[in-house]
This record gives sequence, structure tokens and C-alpha cells, in this order.
Amino acid sequence: MTDTPAGTPAADAATPETPNPETPTLEIQGLRLNLPGAARPVLAGVDLTVAARETVALVGESGSGKSLTSRSVLRLLPPGAATEGAVRVQGEDVLTMNAKQLRRLRTHTAAMIFQDPRAAINPLRRIGDFLTESLRLNADLPAAEATERAVRMLDAVGLGDRVLGQYPGQLSGGMLQRVVIAAALMGDPALILADEPTTALDVTTQAEVVGLLGDLRDQFGTALLFVTHDLGLAAAISDRVYVMYAGRIAETGPAEALFQRPRHPYTAALLRSTPHLDAPAGRLAAIEGRPPSLREELTGCPFAARCAFATQQCREELPPHLPVRGESSRLVACHHSEKLADQLAGSVTHD
Amino acid sequence: MTETVLTGTVLTDTVLEVSGLHRSFGAVQAVHDVSFSLARGGSLGIVGESGSGKTTTARIVVGLEHADTGEVRLLGRDRSGPVGRGRRPRLERAREVQMVFQDPFLSLDPRTSVHGVLRETLRLHFPERRADHERRIAELLEQVGLGAREAGALPRQLSGGQRQRVAIARALAVEPAVLVLDEAVAALDVSVQAQILNLLADIRTETGIGYLFITHDLGVVRCVTEDVVVMRHGRIVEAGPTAQVLDDPQHPYTRLLLDSVPRPGWDPKGIAAARRALL
Ligand SMILES: Nc1ncnc2c1ncn2[C@@H]1O[C@H](COP(=O)(O)OP(=O)(O)O)[C@@H](O)[C@H]1O
Ligand SMILES: Nc1ncnc2c1ncn2[C@@H]1O[C@H](COP(=O)(O)OP(=O)(O)O)[C@@H](O)[C@H]1O
Ligand SMILES: [Mg+2]
Ligand SMILES: [Mg+2]
Repeated sequence: MTDTPAGTPAADAATPETPNPETPTLEIQGLRLNLPGAARPVLAGVDLTVAARETVALVGESGSGKSLTSRSVLRLLPPGAATEGAVRVQGEDVLTMNAKQLRRLRTHTAAMIFQDPRAAINPLRRIGDFLTESLRLNADLPAAEATERAVRMLDAVGLGDRVLGQYPGQLSGGMLQRVVIAAALMGDPALILADEPTTALDVTTQAEVVGLLGDLRDQFGTALLFVTHDLGLAAAISDRVYVMYAGRIAETGPAEALFQRPRHPYTAALLRSTPHLDAPAGRLAAIEGRPPSLREELTGCPFAARCAFATQQCREELPPHLPVRGESSRLVACHHSEKLADQLAGSVTHD
Repeated sequence: MTETVLTGTVLTDTVLEVSGLHRSFGAVQAVHDVSFSLARGGSLGIVGESGSGKTTTARIVVGLEHADTGEVRLLGRDRSGPVGRGRRPRLERAREVQMVFQDPFLSLDPRTSVHGVLRETLRLHFPERRADHERRIAELLEQVGLGAREAGALPRQLSGGQRQRVAIARALAVEPAVLVLDEAVAALDVSVQAQILNLLADIRTETGIGYLFITHDLGVVRCVTEDVVVMRHGRIVEAGPTAQVLDDPQHPYTRLLLDSVPRPGWDPKGIAAARRALL
């Protein structure tokens, strides 16, 4: 509970019938996830909230647990996964839902957009079938009504109804990703989980897809959890950011403050190692080593082995998530955050 | 090898010169009138979105693909035609130019250890220096930052960044004048990408090798190239010193690419509109 950022109060234990306006659309609390064969939890106590109309970025390098975090929201977990904690969507815990509730969640409440649109769509079926399938099967919607809705959603993403009869192979990557977004909108979800939705796209196409997601938020009030490894993209589009490392949130806060004045050495190091358009040519400040594998047990701070500021305490004690002094909506898990503040902030200015 | 060519090699400061390249696949003009040159020890970037013809250009330069028309000169020698048959011409071309791909896994033999890969490469290219191979392998491993443990490993036992180091070491083993890197850091996480980019910068300083650096990432271009060409639909739309092109772009497409890089205050709708206006 102490890890919940201020301004997004936790839901009451008793779930109200109609969602309380204060209830975050998504609220993950103390999520732990164990997988067979791993020496440590893949997710080690994740706390994360997304309010209605909010765009929240979850950033980190590959393997940090971003996809598993977002998949847990739809309970799309690998076989053998064991979870602890709570993942509440509009106040209801996904981890304890029965099959019927889960189907409802996936059809109407939360939808996922994946990185590779081509992998998400059966190449042998027409776009129209792909769009209407879920509503026809799970919501017993008559085909004509489902198609009518598909046409409206295609229009919302800037595509005409001509694509209904087309096959995925006939569309470009950017158009297909818009089809996938239209599919996500079919059930009128309160929450969209977008897992690297633009990583496979060119930059100009990425801008188009991101602009579209922003429109949808304005139009439908959808909450958006945007998973990305691209810090620049996270800074450009999100209200708040969570930085993840080795299955834990390293720090969180409003996007602008977090990227201007990072308070975790990992965030600062990531920013410095990113080749910057405005930076002078020359060597980058690389982070030595690489993220710990799942075969390694961890004690202390997961970043300690690669951190320039690590001390004995870092190697022994897991740093708790503590509020940043004077910034109520920020939390950071670093023993030395307070005394490193100036140093970390200074290290990321390129000018 | 004739005396004149040798003289040319010594006199020219241009290791790679491409002029008027054309290549079509059916109705698709993948490469259309592309010309550029790379100075000895220089670093030239090619940027552009997917389908702009970057990879086709690279494949023509290394001889994996032929041009319909146009000329490729490496170290002053005309290399426009297909690589000659037989061992000698292939080895000669390999000494001039090597290529590193985005996914090194596909170009590494899954059953050969890192040490084995380098040994095979040295035996093929420098059989006469056999006594020196172990020393050279150690030097290459050191150069790309791989340790004894990685030397004994198979490709699948390595991370993406380590495999890219192996691919770079194998390319360097041949001592080429030019290294073509096609999206070589695109699949890596930023912290590993930074390590590889630094490594590449160090290697260029140490060996005087030249890079033809293909990437869609303008931040990477800024970081590792001196000159850049911007490609679109198979054509070069703008070329010049990297700092100049990025700070003061002249072509609307270059501006669009720059504006598309996400940053705070970014305007995705404006970019989408500019993109449609350019189509
Ligand atoms: N289906 C799975 N089975 C086993 N391990 C998995 C599976 N999915 C993910 N992992 C492991 O869990 C960790 C986190 O993965 P993921 O959430 O995909 O990270 P990210 O999206 O940040 O790259 C990684 O070490 C990954 O290898
Ligand atoms: N072997 C091939 N056969 C048919 N078309 C090809 C082939 N190689 C490339 N192309 C086409 O040529 C154009 C340029 O491709 P490519 O050089 O791979 O661009 P880039 O590397 O910039 O993405 C694309 O339209 C692509 O589909
Ligand atoms: Mg992922
Ligand atoms: Mg390519």
C-alpha cells in the first residue's frame, strides 16, 4: 500500500458494484510471479496503477518483465506460472476470476496490442472476420451488428470498410497495426495494454499509431499502459513512467520529472547510454555488464552489480520504494537516491 | 594485380566509391541512381525507412547482389561485376569488405565455438601465417571484449550482444578495409548497444577501418558517422556531413524523419500530416 503513488488511492478491499471514480482502471499490487526453473521470482513485487484517461509507460530493457506484467493483466501467463498479489481491473482482481469473468474481462474491459501485427492476425482469414470474431463468439453479438461496429472502429483508426474483405498480406505493417488497434477497440475496453506496439514500425508510421492512440484516449477515455524499451518514446507520450529492472520497479513518477531528474542510477545510466539526436558524436556512457539472468539468485539491489555507486549495503539489502522528498508522486528504490540526486540529474543533460 | 591498381590504391584516400547504382526487382526500383564514397578510416551512414533500398545497396557493395547498372570501386578496383568464381577472387573481395548483419545468429554455425569460428576464418584467409593464429585469436577476442569463457561457447550459449561481438571479431579477422554494418545494433538493448557502438568507435581508431553504417536510428547516426546519405524509395534525397544534415536538413523527407524521433513536446499528429503530404 505504501508503494501506491499519491493521487491514485488504492481501492477499498470490498469491491463496489459500480466502479468508484477514484478506483484506478488498473491497479497492480505486490505482484510476484514465479516460473518453473527460475532461481528467483520473474516479477518480484510489482506495484503499478493506471487511472482512467491516463497514459502510463512501462520501460526497461528486454527480459526485465514488462511483457509478463502487462500479460498478467489479462492473465495470459506461461504454463506453470504461480502468482501472488493482486491485479485489479476496475476494482476486480484478475488473478482470482473464474473462466466466465475472465472471458468478460478479455472481451469488454481490457484489450492487448502486441508488437508484431503480423503475428497477431491469421494470414488466411479476412480482416472482417478477425475484427468481429471475439464479439460474435464471446458476446453473442449478431454478425451484422459486429460488422457495423467493425466499420466504426476502422473509421476511428482511419481505415475504410474496404479492408474488411482484405487479407493481412494485402496491408502494410502500419495499416495492420491500425487493424489490431481497431480489434482492441471492438469490445469498448476501459484499458488498453500496448506491448511495444510500434517497435516493428518505421518512425513516421510510429508517429501515426501513437497519434491515433492519443485520439482514442481523448475520444473514449481509455486508460493506456504502454510498454516500451524506448525511453524517448516514453518521455514523449506518457503522463507517468515506471522503470523496471530485473522484475522490480526501480523508480516511478511523472514522465517529465523522471527523465529530467532521474533518481535511480539505472534510469540515469539508461538515459546516458541512449544515442541522442542532439548529443555530440563520440563515445557513449555504456552500462557495463548485462541484466542478471533468471538462473541467478539476487540479494540486495538487483542493479548493484552494474551500478557505479553501489556500496556494501546495496549488495546486501533490498532497497524499499521510498517517496522522493518534495515530489509526492515519485517513488524510488535506491539506498543512495537522496545523496545522488544532483549527480544523477546533472549526468543526463546533454546541452 | 597490376602496378597501376596498386598505385591507385596507395594514392587514393577513398576506399569505397559507388556511382550510379541501379537495381530493380520486377517493377520495384530498389536502388535508383545511388552514388556515394567512403574515405579511408571514415564512417558513412545510410539512413532511411524500411524498403528504402539500404540493404540492397549494402549487398551490392559486398558482392552478394549485382547491380543492373552502376559501378562499385573498392580500394580503387572495379568491383561492379559479380564476384569471380573460385577461391582467390572470393578471398580477395573478402579482404576488401566484410559485412555484419542485424542478427548474427543466422550467420554463425551453431556447432562451432567462438574460438573455432575465428580459427577457421584465419585458416581460410591466412594459411601462411598459421603459427601466428592463436596469438591473433587472443588479440581479436580482446579487441571485441570477449573472455576465455565466451571463446569456448557455442553461439546459442551467448547473449545477443556477445554474438554481435563474435560477428565483429570474425569480420575483423579478415582485416578488411571496409566493414558494412546493416542494422548491426538494432536488435540490442540500449545498454548493450552503447557497449557495441563504443567498441566500434575504438576499433576504427585503432585499425583505420572504414564503416558503411546502415541504420534507421538517427541518434545512432549522430553518434557513429561523419557523413550520411538519406535514402527514400531507392533514391538518395540528401547527403552531407552528419552534423550538417541533422542540424540543418534541406529535404522535407529528412525533416520528417527528424521530426518523427519521439521527444517531449513531440507532435505525432503533425508528423502524420507531414507524412501524408509527402506521399
Ligand atoms: N513463457 C515463458 N517461459 C519462461 N520464461 C519466460 C517466459 N516468458 C518470459 N520469460 C522470462 O521472464 C523474464 C521476463 O520476460 P518478459 O516479461 O518477456 O520481459 P520484457 O518484456 O521486459 O522483455 C525473461 O527473463 C524471460 O526470459
Ligand atoms: N530479393 C528481392 N526480391 C524482390 N524484392 C526485393 C528483394 N530485395 C529487396 N526487395 C525490395 O526492394 C526494396 C528495397 O528493399 P531493401 O533494400 O531491403 O530496403 P531496406 O534495407 O532499406 O529496408 C523493397 O521494396 C524490397 O521489398
Ligand atoms: Mg517484452
Ligand atoms: Mg534492410
